[in-house]
Amino acid sequence: MKKWNLIIDVAKCFGCQACAIACHDEYRGNEFPGYAAEMPNHGSRWIDIRQREKGHFPMVEVAYLPVTCNHCDDAPCIKAAKDGAIAKRADGIVIIDPVKAKGQRHLVDACPYGAIHWNDEKQLPQAWPFDAHLLDAGWTRIRGSQVCPTQAMRSVHVEDDEMQRMVREEGLEVLHPEYHTKPRVYYKNLDRYFKAFVGGSVAGAIGGVTECIEGARVSLHRGGQKVAEARSDPYGDFKFQGLDEKSGRYRIEILDERFERKSLEFDLGESSYLGTIELAGKPAARA
Amino acid sequence: MNWGEMKFSVLLYGMSQALRLAAWRYAAFARRLAEKNFTAQIRTFDGSVARHFTFRNGRIASGSGLHPAPDICISVVSAGLGARLFVPWVSQLERIEAMKNFDFKADGPDDLVVWFTQTLLMTRSAGWKYGTAMPDGTTRFVTNTNGGPLFVYVKDGKIVRMTPLEFDGDDAGPWTIRARGKSFTPPHQTTIATHSLCGKSTIYSPHRLLYPMKRVDFDPKGERNPKNRGVSGYQRISWDEALDIVAGEIKRCKTQYGQGAIIANHGSHHTWGNLGYYISSAHKFFNAISHTKVVHNPDSWEGWYWGAMHHYGYSMRLGQTETYSTVEDLMKEAELVVFWAADPEATSGSYSAHEGTIRRQWLHDLGIEVVHIDPYYNHTAALLGGKWFAPKPATDTAMALAIAHVWITEGLYDKQFVAKRSVGFEVWRDYILGKEDGVPKTPEWQEPETGIPAKDVRALARRWGTRKTYLGAGGWGNGHGGACRSATGIQWARSLACLLAMQGMGRPGVNYGHLQWGTPIDLHFYFPGYADGGLSGDIENTGMPISLYQRMPQLPTFNPSSQKVPRLQIPEAILEGKAEGYPWNGKSIEGQFKKFSYPEPGHARIRMFYKYGGASIGTMNETNRYVKAYRTENLDFVVNQSIWFEGEAKFADVILPACTQVERWDISEFAGTGGYALHAQTQLNHRVIFLQHKCIEPLGESKPDYQIFQALASRLGLGAYYSEGMSELDWVKRLFESSDLPKHISWKAFLKKGYFVVPPLPEGRRDPVSLRWFYEGRKKDVPEPHPLPGDYGEEYLKGLQTQSGKFEFECSSLKRFDPDDPERPPIVKYLPSWEGLHTKELCERYPLQLISPHSRFSYHTLSDGKDSPINDIQEHRVLINGYYYWVLRMNTRDAAERGIKQHDLVKIHNDRGAVVCAAHLTQRLPRGVVHAYESSACYEPLGEPGYSVDRGGCINQLTPKRSIAKKVTGTAANSCLVQVTPWDGSGELLAAAGAAVTASTAAHKSSPQPAMAK
Repeated sequence: MKKWNLIIDVAKCFGCQACAIACHDEYRGNEFPGYAAEMPNHGSRWIDIRQREKGHFPMVEVAYLPVTCNHCDDAPCIKAAKDGAIAKRADGIVIIDPVKAKGQRHLVDACPYGAIHWNDEKQLPQAWPFDAHLLDAGWTRIRGSQVCPTQAMRSVHVEDDEMQRMVREEGLEVLHPEYHTKPRVYYKNLDRYFKAFVGGSVAGAIGGVTECIEGARVSLHRGGQKVAEARSDPYGDFKFQGLDEKSGRYRIEILDERFERKSLEFDLGESSYLGTIELAGKPAARA
Repeated sequence: MNWGEMKFSVLLYGMSQALRLAAWRYAAFARRLAEKNFTAQIRTFDGSVARHFTFRNGRIASGSGLHPAPDICISVVSAGLGARLFVPWVSQLERIEAMKNFDFKADGPDDLVVWFTQTLLMTRSAGWKYGTAMPDGTTRFVTNTNGGPLFVYVKDGKIVRMTPLEFDGDDAGPWTIRARGKSFTPPHQTTIATHSLCGKSTIYSPHRLLYPMKRVDFDPKGERNPKNRGVSGYQRISWDEALDIVAGEIKRCKTQYGQGAIIANHGSHHTWGNLGYYISSAHKFFNAISHTKVVHNPDSWEGWYWGAMHHYGYSMRLGQTETYSTVEDLMKEAELVVFWAADPEATSGSYSAHEGTIRRQWLHDLGIEVVHIDPYYNHTAALLGGKWFAPKPATDTAMALAIAHVWITEGLYDKQFVAKRSVGFEVWRDYILGKEDGVPKTPEWQEPETGIPAKDVRALARRWGTRKTYLGAGGWGNGHGGACRSATGIQWARSLACLLAMQGMGRPGVNYGHLQWGTPIDLHFYFPGYADGGLSGDIENTGMPISLYQRMPQLPTFNPSSQKVPRLQIPEAILEGKAEGYPWNGKSIEGQFKKFSYPEPGHARIRMFYKYGGASIGTMNETNRYVKAYRTENLDFVVNQSIWFEGEAKFADVILPACTQVERWDISEFAGTGGYALHAQTQLNHRVIFLQHKCIEPLGESKPDYQIFQALASRLGLGAYYSEGMSELDWVKRLFESSDLPKHISWKAFLKKGYFVVPPLPEGRRDPVSLRWFYEGRKKDVPEPHPLPGDYGEEYLKGLQTQSGKFEFECSSLKRFDPDDPERPPIVKYLPSWEGLHTKELCERYPLQLISPHSRFSYHTLSDGKDSPINDIQEHRVLINGYYYWVLRMNTRDAAERGIKQHDLVKIHNDRGAVVCAAHLTQRLPRGVVHAYESSACYEPLGEPGYSVDRGGCINQLTPKRSIAKKVTGTAANSCLVQVTPWDGSGELLAAAGAAVTASTAAHKSSPQPAMAK
């Protein structure tokens, strides 16, 4: 049967918060018996947009990661819940029963993603219920999807086989697969949030004037292996994406036939900008 | 009895029956009839036809003939006219003409007259149905906001949810653009800005004003205690008492002081709706009572209005060029888009939600390069990527001149266009090359100014000069916001205009824009924008005379007082008794040259302030001035009409609670502004017009602005004049009928559904691309009714608005006005900011440059504060020790040098004031630059108001009051030097501020803030 999944494209999320505010609009001031009790006015981020800045001035990136209930197929919260307070529906949606779950504060800690929020006033653990009350009433997508200006958030109603095909074809990932919770929330371009980049700007003197060097061949090496290669752009900039943070020592080599080969080494912590790299002119005799 | 008399008397008899029938059928109507006990007479002047209607405890008695003692009397000159005026299909023009000619009169108390006429009209509207029943038991209504339209789902009189509009199969479909072998079609729905999506929370905010209030120590007949404004609390009073006080003060100030004693001002942005907007209901009332007008500066256009306009005209658009069909042209032709001081993903084109966002996603699909020039790595840059240049604030002009230098020396510009379509290039070229002043404006020359390496500027200039490039300037792409609001804003906009002219503006792929304006929607369908004046009757200060005055005839209004005060100098006018400024005038290029002064000869000094909204402290400059101006004896009386208890509303003597747009009737269009932003709908993917339903009853005792003004007008004998005897819904229908809507949808269907999608033009009939006509030397062919016919030099529609009709690198208008003005010479030159890195002494004390752009998550003061979830967005405010602090962004190293860590509370300050903010450490700013959005809704002084530290976040306390240039009136908010230090918890300003420091944190704890009545 068809089940609900959420696909979030991290590269298209720019932190406009529309999905988070739509979620607040839906659950603040409203009770949906069987689905969700009212959300607190402040502090509960059922859809939480996390933000990261990467790099250094003037080469920076900003990445956003919407985090919400993963509606896991092997959900730790379901196991931790007493009295069947959390249940998985046939369509894949995980619902925290707003009556049975009352007082079960331990459920907040049961979620490894931090997606269950404690409602102090109601003494209730709460999470985003995939707008199930709306889907049951005929809505074809969730509110976050309806308001997303870049269509970065898509609610998908398909057979599991079809979903797995999409996972393969679109290169989708889940948050922390090592938790083995089988989330139904998938991410595209997750590297944008978790992986590091390294970049720099290539410059050199042409006719006695310092210029941006376009088209220089820049290669990235690690442990004696070339791991990537790029050409500098019209501003002399190059950037290598998708590197693991704190992945140790790297070497960069810059080749441009007008200049001496340049090589430099660095340790990669978080994303970094190596600054302007001045290439030395070749001796006149060889020019 | 003649035929006309017979018709009129039958009609009047029918009216009595209609009243009874409506009361029998509709409970709400029956309840209304029970509101008043009185007798109304309708008659001809000579009494040949007459009928009276007596309302007694909800029952109606009616008889023909003259009543001996009617309470009110409505009379017409003849039975023939009466028979035409009292029918549903009445000609509004004939009705208005009859009133103007005194052939149609009303006598008796205004409130009864207006109640009676509105009740008669209600016999028709009582049965109207609206809204769509939904399967979940809610009713779906429609409203429109500054950030886009919303479906409003209501159950049991309470809003359940608000969503953007998803169109259905009956609604017109979207357009498709074919470019580079691909097809692009936007989604079949509307988008919504985050600040509007949170609307439910602000509508039900605990900060709503729910009943009229009076300051506890204000006694209009005794001690007024003006110095306690902003400190003493409020008590609840009845509407009658509040309206009596305000109407009484209006009469008293006019009779005691004379012409001009009442100043009236409103914010830039009200809650949406053509009729409820300030340009409509408020303008009409203020004109009707006579007032000192507050002249708003073109605060989001400054540099374009005072500067770029002199090169190419476009005074109607305040110095921004036309924007037709540029989306398709950019997608088909452009190779590069330069975003300069442009963050459309944050500012949403002002009114157009996220409509442009999806289009800018297509840039990737089309392989079009982008670069960003902005001191802040803004949200558009963060989403789209591309090269980022971060010039120091207010130095962009130097960078622009250096780009021109590269183009000139390397021949990278459209020489043919410059030769044929421009004048004065040689003069400017000689300045750029240094022939005039010995200083060539090279990339190396600009480097120490801007901080941008010369090599980078050269690379950009070459890239730009060899590729078809769109210049996306400001949030709209053709200007608006950003760098134009600084001391060098005029130079910046001018230099950008010159750059685009060098590249041949209007050439395929070369124009203004970044896909924000210029979609292929149908602009040939008439529906007025809010700037067209609504029901204001104001044909002098709105766009009304162009079309709406003919299409919706209405009683005209004129302000008898010619006294004016520039908005940025209201405090000086009140405290010092003098002010002067230059006007916002869209009619001609020269309109801006006519200086005005306060006081106007023979006019009274301001004694009463009628303020509509509470945004001044968050949005004006050096705003402690406004606080001080409120706390002076120079003002006898301050009334504030607001939705929320915030900002300067807390400085009023009497507060009138207004409701939001979802609690009243209105009619409008998505992003339909008209006037100075004509065809702003081209920012949209679908042109949509709305009947804004009254979704819920007004909360508490709050009222629609229209009803508040009408009630005051009635106390001044102006009720019938103000309302024309009509309710808001009657006006809505009149406006519907004035538009092209009835050709496409019936009133009944429109009222029920709440919206209409205007079908896009077929592909072959789309409007011509902006400026192509100019580039190709043809007559102007875009649907823009400007310049005025008399403003063409040679022949109608031939050439630009300038004296030469060409692009003027050397501006003839400035040569005529003042060729020796060093701040605005005929050619654009670089002159460093009068508050910036060149002002050494000030810079030593305040070494950081503050930029304060329009906020991302709130809209001016709308949706900030008010206990909305927007406050939980950590980019907007940060919760520290139980208080939501405004965010100040600063470079990580600048912070480290000051011992400041992430989310530490810091004091940002200069001689003008100090604000406590939460520090956000970032690499998105160069060193030496700090960033905080303007427009906090909350002003919370930690001591004496105006003389202490504010923790509400009103950054504009720090920005300079000085105008961009001496001979203009414009804000230079982005030229502001500050220091940032860890906050020590004190409420005291620095001693250097030279202000009377009278309060401390301890005093704050004793609650200096005015409290709402309990």
